Amino acid sequence: MNVTPYSKIAHDGLWANNPALVQILGLCPLLAISNSVVNAMGLGFATLLTLTLSNTIVSLIRNLVTPEIRLPVFVLVIACVVTAIELAMNAYLHELHNILGIFIPLIVTNCIIIARAEAFASKNTVGRACADGFMMGLGSTLALVLLGALRESLGHGTLLANAHLMFGEAAKNWTITLVEHYHGFLLAILPPGAFIGLGLLIAAKNVIDARIERRSAQTVALPHEAGAAA
Amino acid sequence: MQTSSSPHLHSAAPVSSVMLRVIYALIPGVIAYIGVFGWGVAVNVVFASIVALASEAVTLAVRGRPIKPFLFDGSALVTAFLLALSLPPFAPWWITLIGTAFAIVVAKQLYGGLGFNPFNPAMAGYVVLLISFPREMTQWLAPETVSGHALSFVEAARVIFNGALPPGLTLDAVSAATPLDTLKTRLHLGETVETARRASPVFGSLGGLGWEWINGLFLLGGLWMIYKKIITWHIPLALLGGLFVMSLVFHLYNSGAYVAPVFHLFSGAAMLGAFFIATDPVSACTTPRGKLYYGAGVGILTYIIRTWGGYPDGIAFSVLLMNMAVPLIDHYTQPRVFGHKD
Repeated sequence: MNVTPYSKIAHDGLWANNPALVQILGLCPLLAISNSVVNAMGLGFATLLTLTLSNTIVSLIRNLVTPEIRLPVFVLVIACVVTAIELAMNAYLHELHNILGIFIPLIVTNCIIIARAEAFASKNTVGRACADGFMMGLGSTLALVLLGALRESLGHGTLLANAHLMFGEAAKNWTITLVEHYHGFLLAILPPGAFIGLGLLIAAKNVIDARIERRSAQTVALPHEAGAAA
Repeated sequence: MQTSSSPHLHSAAPVSSVMLRVIYALIPGVIAYIGVFGWGVAVNVVFASIVALASEAVTLAVRGRPIKPFLFDGSALVTAFLLALSLPPFAPWWITLIGTAFAIVVAKQLYGGLGFNPFNPAMAGYVVLLISFPREMTQWLAPETVSGHALSFVEAARVIFNGALPPGLTLDAVSAATPLDTLKTRLHLGETVETARRASPVFGSLGGLGWEWINGLFLLGGLWMIYKKIITWHIPLALLGGLFVMSLVFHLYNSGAYVAPVFHLFSGAAMLGAFFIATDPVSACTTPRGKLYYGAGVGILTYIIRTWGGYPDGIAFSVLLMNMAVPLIDHYTQPRVFGHKD
């Protein structure tokens, strides 16, 4: 079995194979919760933690589980992890837990988690599986937070409103008001805004990719320049 | 007498001349609109046209497309007209700006420009405004004959761009709910159609006061477009037929709770929608049989939204909903190719 280097794991999770922008997995919570930065962060971190833990556990038991029963076992592992995280959030971040509501237990059904367990964790060593879970979760969280920032700034004219729900009382004055007396743009907060915003993010990523490709094609086409530079 | 030799080929009319004639056909209705609700309508139309052309030029430039032929094909202008005519006459300028820019940039150009947009751009822009800014979008004016205040073009422009009404005038003095809105509210309060129509000054003998003129002149412009073969009769007939049959059935069932069909045909955006909005050649059905289904669908949905929905008029939502069904309808209504069995 060829071993994936850690740098590739990170690059895949954060950019090349980003769960939200490239694989387009786990859209339901992504679209429903990303109406503010804090909500997006809350769900993003819960997903990140779930992915890291479930990938680690699945990798640990990968040689004990026979192929025939692997999927139910994976689902069981994921469900246990999510239940633990939900209880923890209910205890320590109660208000945020109430806002995110059903979408925390629904992380169980987020396809990105079972996909990573099946496609990566069950075939790789613990260290790499853990890193993959963390990077995929981080990629997902970053996309979520970006979408949340886009929607919150357009919809309410603020950023990081209600940060104290997540970071404690000290974060109460973290809210950045971008526009005073902002009129509000309801579309950005409503579900259509999530679809349009995600579409724009994916388009932006594709534009950047195309630009990088074009640049690398140019350097390949002109080898004498590379030689001269060296 | 001049004759020409064969072949007698017709060339299809270029897009620009079609769009220009659509605008000609709109003019009588627009004049009636200005006559009833004042110069605010004209300010909105002019401002929306400028915004539409500017956003079209900018997006074309960003997309690396030739600007001139697309900019002057007139399609952006038609979108601007249709959107501006759907807005409240005193809508603040940024309402028109956001709606028009969304219609052109997102609903039209991001999908690939003229000919590729699955949704009617003007109605997409309108719905964005309606769900984002419900307060501004439902603040309608009373007909000038009812309110007794006629504002000049400059005064209207000042209201729209500055939010400043002429001294001594309050918004309450010039604004009123639309007839469709008034009727819906009063029916909800338990009144019958008869008492509601007698109690409020916003109703006319056919539809809403003033609205019957606007709708009548849009009907006239629409008939001229059919006569000039700019549009076919299928969609308008099916749409108005759907609206008529639905309202007739319910009116006959209970005339106290459901208003007469004529009222529906001559209120709100019925005629504008039937002849100018639903007939958009890009986002509507293209097969003759499909056009009938599409038009009837818009008419029936409009009646449902007007009667039981949360919004007073339903043309925009109905058109967008039926836009989604267009690929399906077109697929099942392909005409039989001559010489082939079904």
